[in-house]
Amino acid sequence: MRDVAVVSFAQSPSVRRNRTQNEVEILMPVVSEAVERSGVPKERIGFTCSGSCDYLAGQPFAFVWGLEAIGAWPPIRESHVEADGAWALYEAWVLLQEGEIDAALVYGFGKSSPGSLRDVLAVQLDPYYYAPLWPDAVSLAALQARACLDAGKFTENDMAEVASRSRRDAMNNSNAQVAKDVPAETLLNEPYLASPLRKDDCAPISDGAAAVVLACDDLAREVSERPAWIRAIDHRVEPHALGVRDLTVSASTRIAAGKTGALNDKLDLVELLAPFSSQELILRDALGLTNGARINPSGGALAANPMMAAGLIRIGEAATRISNGEADRALAHATSGPCLQQNLVAVLEGE
Amino acid sequence: MTDPVTGFTQPVRLEYDYTPGFGRSRFLRALEQGRIQGERCPVCHKVYVGGGSGACARDGVPCDELVELPDRGVVTTFCVVNLPFAGQTIEIPYVSAAVLLDGADIPLLSLMQEVAADEVRMGMRVEAVWAPEDERKPSMDTIRYFRPTGEPDAPIDDVLRRMRDA
Repeated sequence: MRDVAVVSFAQSPSVRRNRTQNEVEILMPVVSEAVERSGVPKERIGFTCSGSCDYLAGQPFAFVWGLEAIGAWPPIRESHVEADGAWALYEAWVLLQEGEIDAALVYGFGKSSPGSLRDVLAVQLDPYYYAPLWPDAVSLAALQARACLDAGKFTENDMAEVASRSRRDAMNNSNAQVAKDVPAETLLNEPYLASPLRKDDCAPISDGAAAVVLACDDLAREVSERPAWIRAIDHRVEPHALGVRDLTVSASTRIAAGKTGALNDKLDLVELLAPFSSQELILRDALGLTNGARINPSGGALAANPMMAAGLIRIGEAATRISNGEADRALAHATSGPCLQQNLVAVLEGE
Repeated sequence: MTDPVTGFTQPVRLEYDYTPGFGRSRFLRALEQGRIQGERCPVCHKVYVGGGSGACARDGVPCDELVELPDRGVVTTFCVVNLPFAGQTIEIPYVSAAVLLDGADIPLLSLMQEVAADEVRMGMRVEAVWAPEDERKPSMDTIRYFRPTGEPDAPIDDVLRRMRDA
């Protein structure tokens, strides 16, 4: 296996509704910053891979327009995933393993504000049995949280603790959209949005973008004082039908973590993409996080949740803290689909 | 035993509220004022028009220099629409044409009118027909359509070569 590292990361601030910039205008400075900061000459970036979702933009092939942000001349080798940029990073990592190229650019972007996100997400459900019922994304997460409460996996107080900690940590994240210092007991007095979820249990609806540059072996060491090496990466998906899954556990996260050797691992830092407080608790259980690793110092998805970028941001946040020496070994996670359907786990390490 | 279900209708309707963004907005605002505004790339010096991202897709940099363009140019390619379709408002057959405005390096997709469909040709000189001043909006509809100017045709091979090589 070739050693592949994250050598730079950039993201836009997340906002509820960006009324002045379209997707490309949000993306362009983020890509430029990531490429410049990487120190990798543009001509050595042998592959570009993006993650986005045409349903967010409401236009077919909307992702093609994203290429305007990167200056695709002379012609570049390029690909796209209709998923979070974390999966685009996986594709780039696979290509880097082939050994033909030494560096890749990965980006993810999404504006959730043009449509009604909770309804847009309903069209990713199976078109025969679920989508015709229009179950919205918050209600599905609430069903999952309720199943966990009923099974005694955790309590509403545990959920409020996650929400409180995430909002507080977000105060140190300049790109965060929601940040405040409110104790869990105060959050528990708030009304339900979709029982048992309160507003603070849910990620904000965000517009934003992120970009990462990956480099291999000597090139990574050349451009970065402390590259964040991707020691292992794996992703798994669960069935489309919610009824055949046990929603109180995350089997796919557990398998992915097992494949990366991260189960019950010694980790300094964990960045989880949990759009609902209840989902962080499910993920912590799936990963066997018991040894006091710092969880989501960025505030996680509860601080900002730009669809199709939030997973890539988890990898970028973890890599940044490795490169600046705050952490030696970190786990980054991304999720996609209703109720944690698909999950990606990456283990990053400094030297 | 009942017959198997072989199909059903599932209506899907999602509404979107678009943000044109900075680049498109300045193009659309100019249209409202009866002007066609292009923008020049600081790297390759190509002039783009039509309200894209406000950036050069080739060089990936913002185009900050604005260029006033005339409302006339040349047909570089076109398509005759013969098929009726839902929501159609224009009588068929009609022509959609790519019009390269004088001084621009990328064509605008436009409706052709005041000309028979079988008379439209590559190289034909055309001009914009604007909505009346009190009906101009920040919208592509502000240019109602293009029509022939009656000038001699442009040398189309030269025009296409310029678009390719510029």
